[in-house]
Amino acid sequence: MRKRDAGAEARGAAARPERPEHPEHPEHPEHPEHPEHPEHPEHPERPGTAPQTAGRGPSARSFAPWLALAVFLALPPFVGSQSWLLAYLAQTATMIVFALSYNLLLGETGLLSFGHAAYAGLGALIAARMFNATGMPLVLLPLVGGMGGALCGLLFGLIATRRSGTAFAMITLGLGELVVAAAWTLPGWFGGEAGIAIDRASGPRFFGLSFGPAREAYALIALWCLAASAAMFALSRTPFMRLANAVRDNPARAAAIGCYPARIRYGVVVLSAFFAGMAGTMGLVNIELVSTESVGMMRSGAVLIATVIGGTAAFFGPVAGALVLTFFSVIVASVTRAWLFYLGLFFVAVVLAAPDGLAGFCARHAARIAAQGWRRRRAAYLWSALAVLLWSAAVVLAVQWAYAARFGADEGAAGAIFGFGANAGADGAPLASALSAVSWWPAVALALLAAFCALTTRYAMRAHARLAPQAGRARVASSSGETR
Amino acid sequence: MQSFIVNLLNGLSYGLLLFMLSAGLTLIFSMLGVLNFAHASFYMLGAYVGFSVAARAGFWSALVIAPLGVGLLGAAFEHWLLRRVRAHGHLPELLLTFGAAYLLGELVKLGWGLGPLSAPVPAVLDGPLFSLYGASFARYRAFMMAVSLAMLAALVAVLRVSRTGLVVRAALTHPQAVEALGHNVPAVFTGVFAAGTALAALAGAIGAPLFVIEPAMAESLGSIVFVVVVIGGLGSLSGALVASLLVGCVQTLAVASDVSLGEVLSVAGVALPPDWDALTLAQLAPLIPYLLLVAVLALRPRGLFGRRGDHA
Repeated sequence: MRKRDAGAEARGAAARPERPEHPEHPEHPEHPEHPEHPEHPEHPERPGTAPQTAGRGPSARSFAPWLALAVFLALPPFVGSQSWLLAYLAQTATMIVFALSYNLLLGETGLLSFGHAAYAGLGALIAARMFNATGMPLVLLPLVGGMGGALCGLLFGLIATRRSGTAFAMITLGLGELVVAAAWTLPGWFGGEAGIAIDRASGPRFFGLSFGPAREAYALIALWCLAASAAMFALSRTPFMRLANAVRDNPARAAAIGCYPARIRYGVVVLSAFFAGMAGTMGLVNIELVSTESVGMMRSGAVLIATVIGGTAAFFGPVAGALVLTFFSVIVASVTRAWLFYLGLFFVAVVLAAPDGLAGFCARHAARIAAQGWRRRRAAYLWSALAVLLWSAAVVLAVQWAYAARFGADEGAAGAIFGFGANAGADGAPLASALSAVSWWPAVALALLAAFCALTTRYAMRAHARLAPQAGRARVASSSGETR
Repeated sequence: MQSFIVNLLNGLSYGLLLFMLSAGLTLIFSMLGVLNFAHASFYMLGAYVGFSVAARAGFWSALVIAPLGVGLLGAAFEHWLLRRVRAHGHLPELLLTFGAAYLLGELVKLGWGLGPLSAPVPAVLDGPLFSLYGASFARYRAFMMAVSLAMLAALVAVLRVSRTGLVVRAALTHPQAVEALGHNVPAVFTGVFAAGTALAALAGAIGAPLFVIEPAMAESLGSIVFVVVVIGGLGSLSGALVASLLVGCVQTLAVASDVSLGEVLSVAGVALPPDWDALTLAQLAPLIPYLLLVAVLALRPRGLFGRRGDHA
């Protein structure tokens, strides 16, 4: 994606072989207006994948996220056994594996893919057909789905990995759309509208478990989620993945030391497709159905959003992103139909404020707190938190008001709160005329809220400005850890 | 077979509409280095705004106001948002446009509702232009072709002849040098982004009477436009033109044909299961742009007119 940069460096390396590092980038061709962001190709401070942590051996700290993940997956079913809770957890576990597999591409190799759902959907399709045809044990089904996904990766990777950067992204988009269009047109492939269903209890029993009840199926999904996550974590420590990191950071140099960037990319695509197929099959076990939706663009977009929100630089970033995404797509979606709007807004806010995702954001601020002490930063954080809260409240109020005006009775509770149901705007009518029919108090509340927002934002910025001279160095140090 | 010429003309007009979109996309890509994922959403916004303006002030003012309004929005997007993440490289920029596509899609649903709308064809342009062997060629399609060609000519003229075009082309390859000479390169970027989105909105406003205006139109056309840009070679304007015409003609001819897959494949001596053989080419038409993409990339990874394959 940054071909001009890489080209300049390659030329520079060729012209001045005695100075291979260019630590200063004096002629940095891309960002003349940001000299404080020197982008070192080595990423010395990538959190999580930094080489110095690899040699230190496991510590209690590095096990903490695993423990948290296991507790999150295992504890709730013992507390309550409502069906929505299990469904939510199963969806989250599926999305965790899916997002981690996506991060093998985006985070580790720097490949942006818009067609990742194709692997998951096709893997699940193959698994469903195998399960219906052979009656194999359900326990092993995710492996079959993974194989199916990897097969598709072998095929699609041949075409896609000949390019990288933006071209790779667009080719995966085209391949993903090809699969979607084929799933709709070709008869008997995806079972048309209905999709292909399985009966998960129909397989042979496994230690007396039929996997018919939701709890048993969920236990299977959670165990596979942990196993797949551990496998991907192990994979991310292998020399092959280090080569992939090299290909991400500087393909020209990686090629110069004797590895083929296209082959490395191909290998990563196949591996990532394997785990994506696994995730798709976990979804199949959960809902007992694979349909055209499971290959669609919505799904590809969702995994991209989850991974970016969580952060690509840390291994557990995508896990956090998956939690956030399923929070929006399950819990927020059950309350309001505006959930997609909120998700898009949150995504844009994350990309603007913290391009390295929630994980990078947390790591950055943890480093600052460690450097300056909590007491000194307290005022700034409190004001910021207040400002963020107020802004969120204002945005939610405005969005719910607009949605209630547009969709009226459909919007349910919000429509009733804002005092209108039947007089919602008809399709094609401008929103302003719909809004004018609304009671006026939300407008007043919104204006008041916006005033408070402006006030707290002012205080927050002032508090941050007081910290700025000290924070300046920390920011430069941590912002060089971003993903390209 | 008599209607072949008319179908070809229909395909050309569709291809030129695709070109109006892919030209803006290519312009923005070669300038800013970022593929504007929200491009098709700006197209959709142009169609909706054009619909609303046409309902009040008539079709012709819609053709002016919709591109201007959406172009201003594009300029604001570039100036306030895209510029902020530029320091972090191209990936956040692409992601930002991706998020913007979601937001624009939701805003359109919010502003105009979920249902499909149909824009009327203006009375002057209604009806057939001419008939060939019973198949008629719509006057509106001819108008669309004329506008696209005029836009192509204007684009070439501005980029090749005018002083502005000189600055834009120089800023493409040597932004530092152009800035050192006293030109405001960030403003040029904003202008190019605004021009690209305005072109997309113009395509939306013009294409609206031919297609149904609905919230899904961005997705359905957007992926085809991205395919066109990759087939033509990323960043190549002439490649975008050739690929647009290719995709437009092939897809239109496939839709209009009544040949089945079995008949096509029997020429090659391949036999498929009977329910596959019964598929008509018209049913397979949605697959065709993507199959073309795979075929072109298998033979020529950089696209038809693309430059040397990049590593990064």
